[in-house]
Amino acid sequence: MDSQLGLIEQSFNNRYTLWVHEALDELPDSFTITDPSISGHPIVFASRGFLKMSGFSRAEIIGRNGRMFQGPRTNRRTIMEIREAIREERPIEVNLLNYKKDGTPFWMLFKMSLVFGKEDGRATHFVAVQVPIVSRKHMRNSGMSYSEDGGGSRLREIVFGSCRREVCSDSLLDLDRVLALDSDDTGLEIEDSCEASDLEKRKAATAIDNILSVLTHYSQLTGRLVCGKRCSLPGMGFISSSLYISLGRIKQSFVLIDPHLPDMPMVYASDAFLKLTGYDRNEVVGQNCRFLNGVDTDTTVLYQIKESIQTEQACTVRILNYRKDKSSFWNLLHISPIRNASGKQLASTFNSTSFTICPVEIAYFAAVHTEEGCRNQDRHGLSLEMRQLSAIGAIKVAVRSLSMGAGPSKS
Amino acid sequence: MLRIKRVPTVVSNYQKEETEEAAAAARRVSGCGRNCLNKCCIQGAKLPLYAFKRVNKFKTEMGVHGHEVREPEPPVAFLDSLVLGEWEDRVQRGLFRYDVTACETRVIPGQYGFIAQLNEGRHLKKRPTEFRVDKVLQPFDGNKFNFTKVGQEEVLFQFEASEDGEVQFHPSAPIDVENSPSVVAINVSPIEYGHVLLIPRVLECLPQRIDRDSFLLALYMAAEAGNPYFRLGYNSLGAFATINHLHFQAYYMALPFPIEKAPTKKIISTGSGVKISELLNYPVRGLVFEGGNSLEDLSNTVSDACICLQENNIPYNVLIADCGKRIFLLPQCYAEKQALGEVSSELLDTQVNPAVWEISGHMVLKRKKDYEEASEENAWRLLAEVSLSEERYQEVNALIFEAIARGDDANGGVAESVIGEADAKPKSGGEVDAINKNSCPAMVSGTPECLVLHSGSRYCGLMIRYCFYKLASAMTY
Repeated sequence: MDSQLGLIEQSFNNRYTLWVHEALDELPDSFTITDPSISGHPIVFASRGFLKMSGFSRAEIIGRNGRMFQGPRTNRRTIMEIREAIREERPIEVNLLNYKKDGTPFWMLFKMSLVFGKEDGRATHFVAVQVPIVSRKHMRNSGMSYSEDGGGSRLREIVFGSCRREVCSDSLLDLDRVLALDSDDTGLEIEDSCEASDLEKRKAATAIDNILSVLTHYSQLTGRLVCGKRCSLPGMGFISSSLYISLGRIKQSFVLIDPHLPDMPMVYASDAFLKLTGYDRNEVVGQNCRFLNGVDTDTTVLYQIKESIQTEQACTVRILNYRKDKSSFWNLLHISPIRNASGKQLASTFNSTSFTICPVEIAYFAAVHTEEGCRNQDRHGLSLEMRQLSAIGAIKVAVRSLSMGAGPSKS
Repeated sequence: MLRIKRVPTVVSNYQKEETEEAAAAARRVSGCGRNCLNKCCIQGAKLPLYAFKRVNKFKTEMGVHGHEVREPEPPVAFLDSLVLGEWEDRVQRGLFRYDVTACETRVIPGQYGFIAQLNEGRHLKKRPTEFRVDKVLQPFDGNKFNFTKVGQEEVLFQFEASEDGEVQFHPSAPIDVENSPSVVAINVSPIEYGHVLLIPRVLECLPQRIDRDSFLLALYMAAEAGNPYFRLGYNSLGAFATINHLHFQAYYMALPFPIEKAPTKKIISTGSGVKISELLNYPVRGLVFEGGNSLEDLSNTVSDACICLQENNIPYNVLIADCGKRIFLLPQCYAEKQALGEVSSELLDTQVNPAVWEISGHMVLKRKKDYEEASEENAWRLLAEVSLSEERYQEVNALIFEAIARGDDANGGVAESVIGEADAKPKSGGEVDAINKNSCPAMVSGTPECLVLHSGSRYCGLMIRYCFYKLASAMTY
């Protein structure tokens, strides 16, 4: 957890000067900021307004994921919409039911926007504003509540208005009572759906603008500018935030190698890899993994790896690797090609440094590392091989789906 | 009897023609040499065993005032790791007929994002299988292919409820025939990465029909995997199930399915807290089940609906999504239309059999032409043929709601709610007034779809609410 807190501090410190915390704290609105590049997509900042609204303390929130505020009556489809907006890196505005620390549910307008690095076009943070919905349109639970608009009162209109069918006046009272049969057993009268007013929507929009201008201002001072819209197209070796989020769930030590870039660099390294080898992320991403090899590394094994890569085969080898502090360890290394979903393409790229021709349908090579001598079975009882293979499987699922064409939006 | 020639999908390396099978059976002496699951080979067989925690997860989430300490973003759940790892292992052992990750797949531009896949390898075996499509319930036939005939290497692990309430994993546990194990096996003609089959109580050779226990097992698997992109599906006979041996399918697709994006309109909440909605603005008409006071409540409600459809000979498909929290029930009639020659040849030529995945929006196409020309309109047009008509759908819904209300009533445990007794004690005072006053029946009897109401607790309450919903809907059109 320590290293995670460190990462969270760095999340801001890398981009903005320290005064940004104070400036954000001066804003009255309720909002949170999350960082998709940290495993778990955690909250890295929560405003005072948010703490007040939710009843949580800062320490209880920082490092946690936003789903902690969801509960049994939160609409599942809305949760899916938010998840998909995050995956596609686009803004979203929905009415959402959340839960406070004491368990009370409340409706709010949830408006999420992105912050992009100006130069590299990458999504650096997600900003989410929460405006509690005060002006509620009452909707009954008995079947007239549309998920989108307020159709609940129509039932009353129908009954009070001209009816084609016989309705005794007595029955109107019964209507109420029968409709009330559907209410919550716990006594928590909470509507099935809710719609924010224009006023609330404007509040949310203004809040987003204010936050973005604070962030933009304080990024100018570090020279690592951000902006609210993607200003440049992400370059080669781009790992979208949604791929980060998917890969961040995989706990094994592994890296992704991009065979289409010169010298086949690593474009992603998991936290476990950094822990195993002792390096920092910025020291390894963009480098070829040969830095793991050393004087006593067997060159025939290296040749074996190269051949597997060239023939697009998976392979497992036992290789002597070196950590940052020069200590060595035996690495049970498993390498596998990871295809994207676009199938056979005509163009391949010739990689002049490694003299390989790599077809475009291979998106990456994944290399999973296990230090020999580590407990052979994890606490669940999965064998070492099974853990390695499951990492490969998870990577394949993540990369494949991402490359099906519904990736990050270009706007 | 309606028969159509269909191209079968091979789901096991050991799937053979019936006649060949019968001949082979005659030749067999002891141990068929295929290391299958039948009596001939099962003695001493061992498989990994995953025992899930039989916890009603919904209960622990509800009404929790101090939030449980949960990890920021849960790491890949254990069951998830097991399925992925075992599946990748079979990939590297070459057990699949083709590499599904080499199949081109793309999201079709449009509002819903239908997913089109070009998969020429899935239908290589061209010999047609005759399969009755006009009966949803058919007895198990041991002569036809079934899952006791798969090789043990195709089986990934046993899947059971844990005895002591904790997740247990045994990397190599003997198969206890007495215990009627349920297993997870690979589908050798996968349509996506991780395509597996969940076969409840495989050795009991149950025919393809849903019962409460099996459905609950499927829901537990969805919940245990904890991955909203790992969904389970079920096809009844007549709705393009390929094998008459009880099984569910599942695979990974880290994208939303179009059906999951469709808006819904709530119809009703049952006594056990299950919210039932109908799909709006989607080519196939269907119901969505969510919530429930517990996983079992949700499972039983959906099972009761499925059983009702089966018993009324209505083919249907089920999609279990969102870690078991959203379940889609879709009655269909495509096979009947095909057999009666009511489907256009253009659609027939695509040879798409609209089973649960296709209906959910994942279209597996055999011809390059269809893949390249795939569009949201084409997909919509095909799926619209699958759907029941509005009229028929409402009739079917009425049946379903009646079945659910009966099941709900039984669960309500009100001993005195005997159907038909006018003076039975209902659950709450409000209902008594509503029933006893003449006004209510007058309103209700005006709607032809409503069934005769019996006095009695939850059953009556639910049916009244359903009738009001219908009444109101009728008036808005």
